[in-house]
Amino acid sequence: MSEPAGARSPMLSLDDVTVSFDGFRALNGLTLRVEVGELRCIIGPNGAGKTTMMDVITGKTRPDRGSARFAESTNLLELTEPEIAQAGIGRKFQKPTVFENQSVFANLELAMSGAKTVWQWLRVRTTSSQVERIDAVLATIGLTDLRAQRAGALSHGQKQWLEIGMLLIQDPQLLLVDEPVAGMTPQEIERTAELLRSLAGKHSLIVVEHDMEFVRSIASTVTVLHEGSVLAEGDMHAIQADARVKQVYLGE
Amino acid sequence: MAEGLIAGPLAALRADRGGRAFLCLLLATAVVVPLLNGIPAAESALHLSNYTMNLIGKYMTYAMLAIAVDLIWGYCGILSLGHGAFFALGGYAMGMYLMRQIGTRGVYGDPVLPDFMIFLNWTQLPWFWHGFQSFAYALLMMLLVPGLLALVFGFLAFRSRVSGVYFSIITQALTYALMLAFFRNDMGFGGNNGFTDFKDILGFSLQAPATRAALFVATALSLGGSYLLCRTVVASRAGRVIEAIRDAESRARFLGYRVESYKLWVFVLSAIIAGLAGALYVPQVGIINPGEFSPTNSIEIVIWVAIGGRGTLYGAVVGAFLVNFAKTWFTGALPEFWLYALGSLFIGVTLFLPYGVVGLVARRGRARARGSAA
Repeated sequence: MSEPAGARSPMLSLDDVTVSFDGFRALNGLTLRVEVGELRCIIGPNGAGKTTMMDVITGKTRPDRGSARFAESTNLLELTEPEIAQAGIGRKFQKPTVFENQSVFANLELAMSGAKTVWQWLRVRTTSSQVERIDAVLATIGLTDLRAQRAGALSHGQKQWLEIGMLLIQDPQLLLVDEPVAGMTPQEIERTAELLRSLAGKHSLIVVEHDMEFVRSIASTVTVLHEGSVLAEGDMHAIQADARVKQVYLGE
Repeated sequence: MAEGLIAGPLAALRADRGGRAFLCLLLATAVVVPLLNGIPAAESALHLSNYTMNLIGKYMTYAMLAIAVDLIWGYCGILSLGHGAFFALGGYAMGMYLMRQIGTRGVYGDPVLPDFMIFLNWTQLPWFWHGFQSFAYALLMMLLVPGLLALVFGFLAFRSRVSGVYFSIITQALTYALMLAFFRNDMGFGGNNGFTDFKDILGFSLQAPATRAALFVATALSLGGSYLLCRTVVASRAGRVIEAIRDAESRARFLGYRVESYKLWVFVLSAIIAGLAGALYVPQVGIINPGEFSPTNSIEIVIWVAIGGRGTLYGAVVGAFLVNFAKTWFTGALPEFWLYALGSLFIGVTLFLPYGVVGLVARRGRARARGSAA
C-alpha cells in the first residue's frame, strides 16, 4: 500500500511470447501488460491469436519463447492448468457450461473454493458466511430473484452470467472472458456490459470480443491483435482513428 | 454427532413428499401384513397367506436393490449392469451362515461339513468357510464382501476413467464371470445347486410363523433404513456434487472435485445396500444358487428403476414392486409372454414416460394444480 500507484507491478505481463503450430506462428513476439483492476478488451480478426493468448495465460499452451508473469511474482509458464486456476486466474469459455439440473444457488455453492473431498462435503454444512458470499455474487450477477431456479431453465444470457458468477465466487484476481455477448439480446448485452464494468477495479479483466458496439461500451483500453502481435493499443477513439487498424481489421 | 444422525435424514425428508408417503406406507405394511398373517384364522377373508407375505418380503429386498441402483445410476450417472453380483454375494454370505446352522440335521449328519462337501468327498472345511457359524461374522461378510469387491473394481475402473457404456459392459462381464465361477463345484459354494434346505436363523426355525414375521419386519426396516440413508446422501452437499458429476463430469473436475473418489464412494455404498438386500432375500426364498449372478438379472434391475422413474429413489421402489408383481402374475398366467411384456414395458416407458411411472403421477399432480388455479 505504501508503494506509489505508478510503481505498482502489473497484474499480468506477457513478454515476447511466441507460439508456433507446425510452422504457423499463432503468437509472434506478443508483449502485453494489464494493470491491477483494469478492464482490457482484446479485438482482432480471426487467427490474430486471441484464443492462443488465453491458452498461454491459462497454461493450456506452452510458448516456444517469451515469458508470462502473473502479479509479477508468479511465473505462469511453470504452473499447470489447475495451479494457475488456484493462483487466481479464472477463465470463462465461450459456451456456457453450468450444472443444468441444479439450482442457481447450488451452482455457485459447488463452484466455491475450499473443501472438495467426499467426507468434508458429507459432514460440513455451508456456513452463513458462505451463504452471504453466494448472496453477494448473486446480487452482482443480477440473479438474486432466480436463486432457487433450475440452471437449465435460465436463458442463454442468464447462464453466461451464472458462469461468470461461478468464476467470481472463487475470487480470482484476473478474469479472462471469451466472447461473453455472443448470441445475446441487446438488453442482455447491455446488462453484461454493466456487469463487467462493475467488476473492474475489484478484479482485472481481459475480455475478447467481436462486437464493436459492446467493446466501445465497456473498455477504457483496447488492444488490437494482428498476426500474433499487438498492432495497436489505446482507447477506442484512437483505435478507430488508427490507419493500420482500419486497414487490417475494419477492412477499409 | 447423534443429533446429526437424526437431524440429517429428517431435514432430507422435509423436501421429499414421495419419500414420506413411501415410508408411511412401508411402516403400515410392516405392522399390518404380519398381523393379518398371524391373527385371523386361515379361513377368514382377512387372512393373508404365508405365500403373500413371503412374496411381499421378497419384493421388498428387490426394492432395496433398486434403490441401490438408482443411487448410482439416477444420481451419479453410473449405469451398473452388474449389481445382481453384489446382491448374490450378500445372499451367499447369508447362505453360508444358514448352511452352518444346519449342523447334524443334514442328510449326512456331519456336524461341521455341509452336505454338498460330503458329497464331494471333502474331509475338512475350506478356510473361507470358517467363522460363518457366527451370525455377527456372517453379517459383517454380507456387507464387507460386496463392499470390497465394489471398492477394488470401482477403483480400477474409475481411476482409468472407464465410464458410460464401457463401464456397463465390464460390470456385465463381472457378474457373468462370477456366475461361471460359482457354478464350479470346486469353488466350495455348492456348484449349480447352491445352498438350500435351511433350518434355522439365530436359533429360530425358518418354518415358524413368528420367524417369518420377524424376517418380514427386519426387511421392511432395512428397506426404510436404506431409503433414508440414500436420501440423506443425495440431499447432502456431497449429493449435489454427485449430481454435478452426472450432468457435467469434466466441469466438476475443473472446479477441483475428485470425481473418481466421489464415484467410488457412491458405488461402494450402493454395493453394500445391494449385498444386504441379497442377505435378506435368501432366508425368505430358502435358496441361493449361481443363477442369481445371471447377467439378465442385473439388466432387469435397471428396467425396474427405469420403469419406476430414475433419480427419485421412491420411483425405484415403485418400479421394483410393479415389475415383479407383473412378473409373478405373468409367469403364472401367461408364462411364455413374460419376456415380451417386460420388453414392451421397457420400450414404452423409454418412449413415453422418460421419468417413469412416478414422473407420470407428478405430472398429473402439476396439471391438476394448474387446472384448479385457473
